[in-house]
Amino acid sequence: MSMPTPMPQPERENYLNKEYGVWSWLLTTDHKRIALLYLLSITFFFFIGGFFALLIRLELLTPAGDLVQADTYNKLFTMHGMVMVFFFLIPSIPAVLGNFLVPMMIGAKDLAFPRVNLLSWYLYIIGGVMMLHCMLTGGVDTGWTFYAPFATNFTNTKIVEAGLAIFVAGFSSILTGLNFVVTIHRMRAPGMTWSRLPLFIWAHYATSIIQLLGTPVIAVTIVLVAAERALHLGIFDPKLGGDPLLFQHLFWFYSHPAVYIMILPAMGVVTEIIACFSRKRIFGYSFVAFSSIAIAVFGFLVWAHHMFVAGMSVYAALVFSLLSYAVAVPSAIKVFNWTATLYKGSIHYDAPMLYAFGFLGLFTIGGLTGLFLAALGIDVHVTDTYFVVAHFHYIMVGGAVMGYLGGMHFWWPKISGRLYPEGWARLAALIVFIGFNLTFFPQFILGYMGMPRRYYDYSHMPEFQVLNVLSTAGATVLGVGYLLPMIYFLWSMRYGKPASDNPWNAAGLEWKTASPPPTFNFDEEPVVTWEAYNYEELDAPHSEEVPVGR
Amino acid sequence: MADNSAAAVQVNAHGEAHNPALLHHFAEPQQQRDAASLGMWVFLATEVMFFGGLFCAYLVYRRWYFGDFAAASKTINMGYGATNTAVLICSSLTVVLAVWAAQTARRTLLIVSLVITMLLGVTFLGIKGIEYREKFVEHHVPGASFSFDKVPIPGHPGQYANPRHAQLFFSLYFVMTGLHALHMIIGLGIFLWLLTMAWKGRFTPEWHTPVEIGGLYWHFVDIVWIYLFPLLYLIDRHP
Repeated sequence: MSMPTPMPQPERENYLNKEYGVWSWLLTTDHKRIALLYLLSITFFFFIGGFFALLIRLELLTPAGDLVQADTYNKLFTMHGMVMVFFFLIPSIPAVLGNFLVPMMIGAKDLAFPRVNLLSWYLYIIGGVMMLHCMLTGGVDTGWTFYAPFATNFTNTKIVEAGLAIFVAGFSSILTGLNFVVTIHRMRAPGMTWSRLPLFIWAHYATSIIQLLGTPVIAVTIVLVAAERALHLGIFDPKLGGDPLLFQHLFWFYSHPAVYIMILPAMGVVTEIIACFSRKRIFGYSFVAFSSIAIAVFGFLVWAHHMFVAGMSVYAALVFSLLSYAVAVPSAIKVFNWTATLYKGSIHYDAPMLYAFGFLGLFTIGGLTGLFLAALGIDVHVTDTYFVVAHFHYIMVGGAVMGYLGGMHFWWPKISGRLYPEGWARLAALIVFIGFNLTFFPQFILGYMGMPRRYYDYSHMPEFQVLNVLSTAGATVLGVGYLLPMIYFLWSMRYGKPASDNPWNAAGLEWKTASPPPTFNFDEEPVVTWEAYNYEELDAPHSEEVPVGR
Repeated sequence: MADNSAAAVQVNAHGEAHNPALLHHFAEPQQQRDAASLGMWVFLATEVMFFGGLFCAYLVYRRWYFGDFAAASKTINMGYGATNTAVLICSSLTVVLAVWAAQTARRTLLIVSLVITMLLGVTFLGIKGIEYREKFVEHHVPGASFSFDKVPIPGHPGQYANPRHAQLFFSLYFVMTGLHALHMIIGLGIFLWLLTMAWKGRFTPEWHTPVEIGGLYWHFVDIVWIYLFPLLYLIDRHP
């Protein structure tokens, strides 16, 4: 028997039901609708990138190179990296959750430049279509780092097209960052001082700084690579007096901070979740806020730790090693403050919190192994091994994707106006956690034992098979863990229980408006008179707070 | 609320930001102006980083191959570069005049200033084109037909520049001045739009934000040239 759709009657006008039709979405300037456009598009690219990952793991199931050819394998890991980094991870939290929440959290009606926001989605789509075309017509085989001179002088694959796709998508990222910075500076509601901002906002502010100052550098690097390929200028070609290391410097000047574009927003999400499900004000608010800025600043000064074995001066290597240690300090400040928030909190184990716990553990492992890699001696030993692969997947997948999924669960009632099925969600969180560790923990051991990355055939070292089989098995579990939320989120859009305005009884302006919110977010302009994370007040039995504008 | 949504629909239906009225999501005109101006400043910060990567590459190679860069720099025409510097400085003046004219409701002066700015911009591009043509004729454009034989290194009699290193100079010369020229062309597009708006009398002392932020952009492009000129044209020039 089919369930009758539980439409609350009469339904409030909100951003979802205000207008209907394709054009009302494709021409929208509403930051919430644009966030949903991004959600659809990045999910699409996530599954493409995931498909490549699946093929990689299948190839490595046996030591022999039996599933794909060497060339194909090179393209698989390249396209996996390019799609996941530039078309999923970098836009993931900022463009979906950030777009949806930044204006609402500060009490604004929209971002400062709504049309620029829509333009940024179109740029992302243009870049994405170019990347798809590049994939379908041959792809790229250089690795996502497209190092010179291989990428500029030797490979015959579609470097220029992939580069231009990243160039265009990069401008989408720049415009998102620009919108956030201006919005946070200029659009805060009365009473929403900097020290009352949710830490999600601070994290996005720091992220935006990196997007703004880092992305143009990779853009101009791509221009140089394209010019080099078209005209053989020699800028990166040692034969002509150029310097391939210059490429690496320019590339990592963006691409290292890009990791912080992925992880900082996830830290922002986790901060919100931990405060809500411990029912406590976040411990050390200003330290957590300024550690985001510190990560953004330090993050620009550590890029050359990707180049320790590339022939860089040993003194430069020492300085970059030291600075890489320094960036661990603000990261550790965050972890300690989250832990201190949990201490004596009244902890609820709802699905978002499970993801936040997952983030805490996995980010800590990823961060600490980052310190191993920042140490010159160990880095020389494990460079270009699976140890590095495991390390950055712990940060990017264990950290950023866990944060993203946690945030999607936490704000899903606000986004869709429906509750997701809690039991399934907890199960999925558990599956993701187990699948993730099963996939990537064996890779630490593999790498430490010396298995190089980017090999499709390890038949001369068959002793690595057991750990590779574990890793592939884990990837399958992880895949199930990612499919589940997609299924029950879609299911809940029709059959989920209608959500109240504040199902978590959470602090923050976004919970003081309707679920889903009206087009301009608030019926009346909110005035903020309370500090951030006032959970003690919210939970005090006598304070029945009246939601703004109702 | 109903009023607000009606205003929003109106703005959306009209498309471009020529509506001098307050956009729906701002509380007051001052906030809207501040947001637009901050937005342009932030955008210019990204532009600094965009050109910054090129300046970084330039400085590395200039330090490594100083003699070759000096020799190559001597073959580009300083007169054109100096003239273009003067042209752009004058255009910055006319941009300031345009902003002042918009602030003080002098419509004729605004239009004249915008037109002169655009003429100066076109002059700059014309001179640049003549310069590029000369480089092409002299086979100084990097690529298969590049040739830079027996060009002496200034201050080192009997030594000749390494053609490959000179080619690096010209590569950077073309990429840097080419991207700068592209920014000029975009600037001309923006000013054409400002001109049509000014022609229709859309700017008032209360609302002329596009003139201000378009002007900011123009000044920025000028400033990039102010750095490019000495770096590219004036390496080791002595009377």
